[in-house]
Amino acid sequence: MSTLRALAKARAVAAGVAQPVATVRHLHLSDRPLVLVPLAMAGEANAPLAALVGAAPEEGRLLVVPQPRNRDQRFAFAAELAAIVLPHLDSFRGVSEAVPVDRGRDVRYRYVDAPQLLVPNPAGVTFLRLFGRSTRFRRPDGEYPVHPSVPLLGRWLTFFAERAEHPGSAALVAMTEALTLHWATGQSAVEDLHLPALLGWIDPPAGSTGAEAAARAEDPSICPPAGPATDPDFDNRRLAAAMAAYAGTEDDPVARAGAYAELARLLRDQLAPTWELMWRGVGLLRALPPGARVAGRWDGDRDAFTGYAEHLDAGGGPQPRRDGAVAAAVRLHRLERALASYAVQRAYDDPLVMAEHRLTGEAFVGDVTLADPKRVDDSGKRPVLRPRIQVVTTEPVAVPVGATLYSPARPAQKAKVVFLTPGADGKTEVVLELSGGMGRGLTAPPGTVPEVGERLCLTTLSDAYLPAGNFPAAEETPWTHGGPPATASEAPAAPDGDPAGGGAGDPAEEWS
Amino acid sequence: MTDTPQRLAGIRGGVPPRRHNARTIAALTGNPGCTRRAVLDSAGVDKPRLAERIGFPARFGQSRFAITRGNAFEAQVKADGGVELLRLVAERLGVPVPAGASWTDLGGADDLPDRQERSRAALTGGGDGPALFDHPLLALEVAGRRVHLEPDLVAARLGGRFHVVEIKSFPVIDGQADPAKVVAAAIQSAVYVLALRELLAAEGHDPDLVSHEVVLVCPRDFANQPVASLLDVRKQLLVLRRQLDRMDRIDDLLADVPAGFTADLTADPATLTAALSTVPARYAPECLAACELAYFCRHEARDHTTALGRPVREALGGIAEVGEVLALADGLRAPDPEQAEAAALLRAAARLRADALAGNPA
Repeated sequence: MSTLRALAKARAVAAGVAQPVATVRHLHLSDRPLVLVPLAMAGEANAPLAALVGAAPEEGRLLVVPQPRNRDQRFAFAAELAAIVLPHLDSFRGVSEAVPVDRGRDVRYRYVDAPQLLVPNPAGVTFLRLFGRSTRFRRPDGEYPVHPSVPLLGRWLTFFAERAEHPGSAALVAMTEALTLHWATGQSAVEDLHLPALLGWIDPPAGSTGAEAAARAEDPSICPPAGPATDPDFDNRRLAAAMAAYAGTEDDPVARAGAYAELARLLRDQLAPTWELMWRGVGLLRALPPGARVAGRWDGDRDAFTGYAEHLDAGGGPQPRRDGAVAAAVRLHRLERALASYAVQRAYDDPLVMAEHRLTGEAFVGDVTLADPKRVDDSGKRPVLRPRIQVVTTEPVAVPVGATLYSPARPAQKAKVVFLTPGADGKTEVVLELSGGMGRGLTAPPGTVPEVGERLCLTTLSDAYLPAGNFPAAEETPWTHGGPPATASEAPAAPDGDPAGGGAGDPAEEWS
Repeated sequence: MTDTPQRLAGIRGGVPPRRHNARTIAALTGNPGCTRRAVLDSAGVDKPRLAERIGFPARFGQSRFAITRGNAFEAQVKADGGVELLRLVAERLGVPVPAGASWTDLGGADDLPDRQERSRAALTGGGDGPALFDHPLLALEVAGRRVHLEPDLVAARLGGRFHVVEIKSFPVIDGQADPAKVVAAAIQSAVYVLALRELLAAEGHDPDLVSHEVVLVCPRDFANQPVASLLDVRKQLLVLRRQLDRMDRIDDLLADVPAGFTADLTADPATLTAALSTVPARYAPECLAACELAYFCRHEARDHTTALGRPVREALGGIAEVGEVLALADGLRAPDPEQAEAAALLRAAARLRADALAGNPA
């Protein structure tokens, strides 16, 4: 928690309404996001109970599992969900664009747009991850056959759940996280996980404060939880009876239809308020202008979507239960790079985020008082253009002489600190030597060197490309990490299925 | 000045103390610095009813679906005299699966002294062959009172050592379980380990006969097949011991509690609220998941930075009140000497925030 964000929270308490902590939107928002509000059966291992799904507020489709402990009904739910999700995903596979690779010597293709899934909270992401896990190894043949769409849905849901771990990805987004990225409420992080309370702070109804709206949202009899967990009182007083009524009508189709309708009505009542809140959240986020680097990150999501679609087209298997040592190291490295780059990009896009770095001394803002744009350094083998500028700032400068700084206004340019002169009036004079971002000649094109009078933000944060690390191939896994994995033919039959990952999973893995 | 038990009975107001169980004892370790909670729990006050009486009811409902599933799984694991359970535990501990083990059901009749005696006799009595003890009645000293614990627990004696076996119905999927649930299970198991050790020690046995490793039995993946895992609860044991010691020193805590303090449920709500506010609480958002009085304390702390969470309070330089934070940030108040550093940080933050919101460039 940065002090700046904490201060925004304190202001929210005093003002009675959430305070902005971003001036731009830091995530891509699809024109047609697929909103998914799942409910799970209490006590069971991620057993679906119901879901409301759709890509527009008026398109919400209700799916119900009348007996969540029944394995066939669970897979019927999976097939129903697949019948909504898979066509939605396919609708993004129409148009591709060429992307140059290998310094323009080759091209690859990616879809011009990609699907986006929205769920209410991080627990919703976990639900989809586990639902993907429970369906991606199923088979359409053999002992417990399922509809062919079920394993495909499982693979896609796993793909989205893995993207959700990738910092800066917008492929699968928890609404509470998207909102807290942009607003600070007057309640704690734990309470912010409750979507109705969070929106109560951000957008309280007329005539009430955020605190009042949030307090009302905590009463499950007024405002049902945003799932996947249900309200225990609802379970005990209403759902149990409706399920029992449904179970008791096995021989009577008319009564069964009536009991089903009642169950569906109850569950819709629990889901509908969250559905409304999801679209209100979408509206609030849409009202913010997107940050400059949001589209670039969405390109990464489009790449990932294209890549996985091609993997499936080529008959690729399901994601393993667990990554092998090398795959896990590669994934961790990728996530770390994404996290670092995401933090820098948000700061570059948003002065309010950059302010957090200014407070910690990683950035400062000052005025250019001197500029020598024509300076050439000819001490080396050949002369190079090295303009110098002097920036005067009132902010504390926590960087040493010799440090390399960057400015969001000219991200390709490096500025090396040459002199640091603290003045008596609390101001600091910083002399910087510039390189890069000025063309190849010995004269800087206009605008590439900051001019006298320009207000400039300088920071140690760099958005430059981070080279990927080198990792051994899986078959060269070092002994420190378990050595090369056993190949399928020589692998002993592990007692607990297939811990090394890969393969088909256990077809007899029964659900109930 | 009356003696402590009398004083605690007075606070409770004539009713018998509320019974503790492993869950409530485990919850005691959640916020050890809270005097209000220590006093109420030591006195055995019925906190759920107290919270309801003062208009801040707790929300700790449990779905009957979850209860049904939990019971069904437990029954399944314990079926056939624990044959399957014995195999699971032995394999997880890496000892040869014994050909058979005695199964002693210590549950049943509600006659407490009798059950306690049966448990004591069975657990400390002769033999060190493989044995499983279901539902032993254990006891623990909490705030000078003997508290009975009726765990859904099996104590397994294998190779002469006892292991506490906890059966939980949350799934372990691909070797991973919900971390919050594992933490809760670990601290509950630690309560049983402690109680079992005290029982053995009281009979002159070595308390270390009870292992600090607890066997957790959960359904594997999405099926009902049980899988056993080992939990090391040494850390939880330390935390628990410390908090129980603290409650043993309840006299020290009571010395700071006003003489007229009451949590008598028959008293007027306004009286109760006024009385509670004389005993300091240490509210943190984590209390919401652990303490029945949390909603009341949260309401009381609504203008305090702690209500926003510990990291927020720290980021605000440890300043206690929201109003004070803003006054310092906006330069409306001169800081006390010990606040100077925090105040400078807050003023800088306020200036930078205003600067950025005014649209100045990054």
